[in-house]
Amino acid sequence: MDGIHDLGGMQGFGEVGYSPAEPVFGRRWEAVARALLVAVAGAVEASGGEFRHSIERMEPGHYLTSSYYEHWLTAAATLAVEHGLVTRSELEERAAGRFPLSGPVLAPPVADAGPDVDRPRFGAGDRVQVREWHPPGHTRCPGYVRGKTGTVVRVDGIHSVPDVEAHGPARRREPTYSVRFDAADLWRDGQRGVWVHVDLWDSYLERS
Amino acid sequence: MSAGSHHPAPASPVEQRVAALEALLTERGLVPEGFIEEITRRYESEIGPMNGAKVVARAWVDPQYQQRLLADGTAAIAELGFGGPEGDHMVVVENTPAVHNVIVCTLCSCYPWPVLGLPPAWYKDPPYRARMVREPRTLLAEMGCPLPADAEIRVWDSSAEVRYLVLPERPPGTEGMTEAELAGLVTRDSMIGTARL
Repeated sequence: MDGIHDLGGMQGFGEVGYSPAEPVFGRRWEAVARALLVAVAGAVEASGGEFRHSIERMEPGHYLTSSYYEHWLTAAATLAVEHGLVTRSELEERAAGRFPLSGPVLAPPVADAGPDVDRPRFGAGDRVQVREWHPPGHTRCPGYVRGKTGTVVRVDGIHSVPDVEAHGPARRREPTYSVRFDAADLWRDGQRGVWVHVDLWDSYLERS
Repeated sequence: MSAGSHHPAPASPVEQRVAALEALLTERGLVPEGFIEEITRRYESEIGPMNGAKVVARAWVDPQYQQRLLADGTAAIAELGFGGPEGDHMVVVENTPAVHNVIVCTLCSCYPWPVLGLPPAWYKDPPYRARMVREPRTLLAEMGCPLPADAEIRVWDSSAEVRYLVLPERPPGTEGMTEAELAGLVTRDSMIGTARL
């Protein structure tokens, strides 16, 4: 989905709130939220794709105004409700207030994942173009490279396609590639001497 | 145990929500005794940038190890005993005087846990994720890492299964130092690529 999480290249954000060192968990609730997500993801057997998509479906205003551990809390609660472990009204009753959850899944379940791709279609040095499309569900293809042309620099083995695994028990496995883009091709104001590398699944790409 | 039990101050709304989910899941038997403490301990003490620093120092003193590290990061890092979730497919990218590498995850917060620990808050926040792929030269300078205008910048967006570690350059004047002393020089940021040593 074209969600708020797809942040690469968005403008207007200002300074990074940098700190040279910080505690792993600044507050105890952050550690608890993190552990609860592990518990829920284990109980409902959520794939990495389903977990990430449960964060991506957060309402954009909530996403941008909450810390990453609040994202994890929201993901844990959303998955727990969607898989029937708890209900939203139980959560709100216990919390004595609103308990914002992520929005609904917009994509239909994947019934037929299609055949695995066992062998890389591309090799290092090949020119590839990223498909220009707007899937309603989960994808790991950042918006800022769609339609752009780059060069494969590495082939990284065969992995489950997140776009499939986020939407049901079906799985499809494909090669992934590291693709190098010239910043000048990505952005009208791209900085000189900059290469941006993005790791992409086989079905995101076409030969250029 | 509730999330707020260690805090004398009234629970904030987010703390109340965490406590609510924790209580409901515990009642349903989904949070075993000691589970939260065990996970917390693991991420607070077993992993962190001290692991990555050992990898870097070894590469600086052992050219053959460095070769193996750059050829197969996962295997070479496993030689030092590090591996596991978010570190199953490691690629190590080498800084040189002419080339600077930096890692980011524009879509979420992917980061090499076994060697760097959990990511700092700023790495997961929108400004870093939005800007590092679009204006890395400006952002690096802002973060205290200005680069020569002719230095090539390689940004690595961790969008699939690979997790990256930057191999910083060994600082000059460290020829007499032991491997352990060298590891003490290696910072978290130098392995993300937001600093040079």
